[in-house]
Amino acid sequence: MERIERSSMIKREIISTLQSRIAKDILNIPEKTIALEEPLISSGLIDSFSLVDLAILIEDVFKVRVDDTELNSDVFDSLDQLADLILSRIQ
Amino acid sequence: MSLNFSKQILDQVDKFPDKQILKILIAGNYTHLTYKDIFDGACPYEYALKETGIGSGDVVILILPHGLDLIFAYFGTILNGSIPSIMPSLTEKLIPEKYRKDLRSLIEISKPSALITFSDFKKEIEFLETYESSLKSVIISDEIDFINGPYKEFLDHAGLMQLDDDVALLQHSSGTTGLQKGVALSHQSVFNQLESYQAALEIRKDDVIVSWLPLYHDMGLIAGFLLPMLYGIPLVLMSPFGWVKAPYKLMQAISKYKGTLCWLPNFAYNFCAKKIRDRDLSDVDLSSLRAVINCSEPMRFSSHEMFLEKFGVYGLQEKALATSYAMAENVFAVTQGGIDQPITYDEVDLISFQEKNVAIPVKPGDGSVIMVSAGRPISNVEVKIVDSSGKFLDERQIGEIVIRSNCMLDGYYNRDEETRKSFINGWFKTGDLGYIADSEIYISGRKKDLIIVGGKNIYPKDLETIAMEINGVHPGRVVAFGVYNKLKGTEDVVIIAEIEDEYIEKKESISEDIRKRVTRESAIALRNILLVDNKWLIKTSSGKIARALNKKKYIEEILS
Repeated sequence: MERIERSSMIKREIISTLQSRIAKDILNIPEKTIALEEPLISSGLIDSFSLVDLAILIEDVFKVRVDDTELNSDVFDSLDQLADLILSRIQ
Repeated sequence: MSLNFSKQILDQVDKFPDKQILKILIAGNYTHLTYKDIFDGACPYEYALKETGIGSGDVVILILPHGLDLIFAYFGTILNGSIPSIMPSLTEKLIPEKYRKDLRSLIEISKPSALITFSDFKKEIEFLETYESSLKSVIISDEIDFINGPYKEFLDHAGLMQLDDDVALLQHSSGTTGLQKGVALSHQSVFNQLESYQAALEIRKDDVIVSWLPLYHDMGLIAGFLLPMLYGIPLVLMSPFGWVKAPYKLMQAISKYKGTLCWLPNFAYNFCAKKIRDRDLSDVDLSSLRAVINCSEPMRFSSHEMFLEKFGVYGLQEKALATSYAMAENVFAVTQGGIDQPITYDEVDLISFQEKNVAIPVKPGDGSVIMVSAGRPISNVEVKIVDSSGKFLDERQIGEIVIRSNCMLDGYYNRDEETRKSFINGWFKTGDLGYIADSEIYISGRKKDLIIVGGKNIYPKDLETIAMEINGVHPGRVVAFGVYNKLKGTEDVVIIAEIEDEYIEKKESISEDIRKRVTRESAIALRNILLVDNKWLIKTSSGKIARALNKKKYIEEILS
């Protein structure tokens, strides 16, 4: 039980970090709040030229690697899914 | 027999059936193909076209992922004597409705007889069945039977009968409205270009071309595909989608296969320099490269510096940096510079350059701009600079670049009026501005407003029209332009829109609407939107929004 709570707390932190860093560093629209389920890749919000930036950002901030073959909307398309992916690699 | 693509490729198949001509990166691994493999893959497509009644001179549109089927279908179309034209497939950014509209307008103008695509894409083209068109056949690549066909006995390779001046291929230029102008090129024009361009490149026996460029773009199709395939220069190919997610793979490919020639648009120099990690470059050796050719968007000195600084330690030699000025209407290259010698950089006075249209050389320092030479015209091309009346200008005077060659387009396909308007006294008007100094060509801009992002041409009017449809945006009070981003090595698109008074509170959602609509209807990732109050935008005396003046105001008031 405690473990689940802890992991959901970590996930919230991951999401909040992703939210601000993606808006600021990748989209260059710092005032934007990305919704939890908002499609990132399939909507064109993060365009193909920025996918590699996203991979670099994730590695710098969370110290986990996302392979280039994983940079597509089938693997993750929302902050929620991306946070799960990161969480699964941290643990 | 006439010189044509079919003869050229079949000669290679006859003489060098086992030569490994192509290495293509698919799902992380390289597949090696010989000329015989290419021929064996092309025949089923030739058969499929022939069987459905598609013949010589018929246009065939190819919408296929960057891979083996695209290559086989391309040569199959050629062997059948038909005219191939590659069109990009739908990307995530673009809304399907917009894609369908573009596809439909392309079909109405180019009147293709057949379309070759893949099963996953079938649903995107189903709408075509609902209206009358020239299409007689839709071939699905996954349904082609490569094993059990009576192919070879039945095939006569009608492409062999093509005449020199028959249309060999259609090239639909990139950009928002580019699809409506298919550049038709004859066999003779393509061969004239390729012969002359090979001399300019000083092609050698040990050359290996490495390319990630899309084949629906002239640089990818001509330099990164037809040149190597038709002339037996080994080609290493990866997909643009693969490259953009993992640019280091280009460097690894160059190193692994000892690549000597590679064409890149300017933004790719910055992209590779900034987004490749050193750990992905361990063991990479780029010393085999003898020319990395900057082409297809304005070339920047700082991009070359950045590229060299990053990759110099991995063996990239400074003398390998090269430049070219090219366009689909001339098949490809107009000029080539920097082959086995350094590129010329011309430092000129900024004020006279901007205000007096003349490039006066100055000593390095403040108030100057470094121009990158595009090199000299290749041997079969003449280049002149003209003023607005068509009069030839002197050295260092800036005007429109006009060209004359024996590799010009046959015409914009089914667009005679457009073709006629593009020529003046036998010279093709490029629409680019530039000057000549010491026989070298420098490109300084565009005659018409045009934004070039990553080698893709965007007409501001198209973006403005989309933004004007958003609720709250003042109709007619929108301006779009490009601002050079030094970090990215290409332009950022900026849209400024005046908001109606009652919508002032809703700025954020209007901005979001504009961003979404523009991105999805033009496939441009729009990041810079400025919403302003009434009367911010500068208008001309006739009441039109002045793009250049508003761009200046934006740079002076907002960017700084």
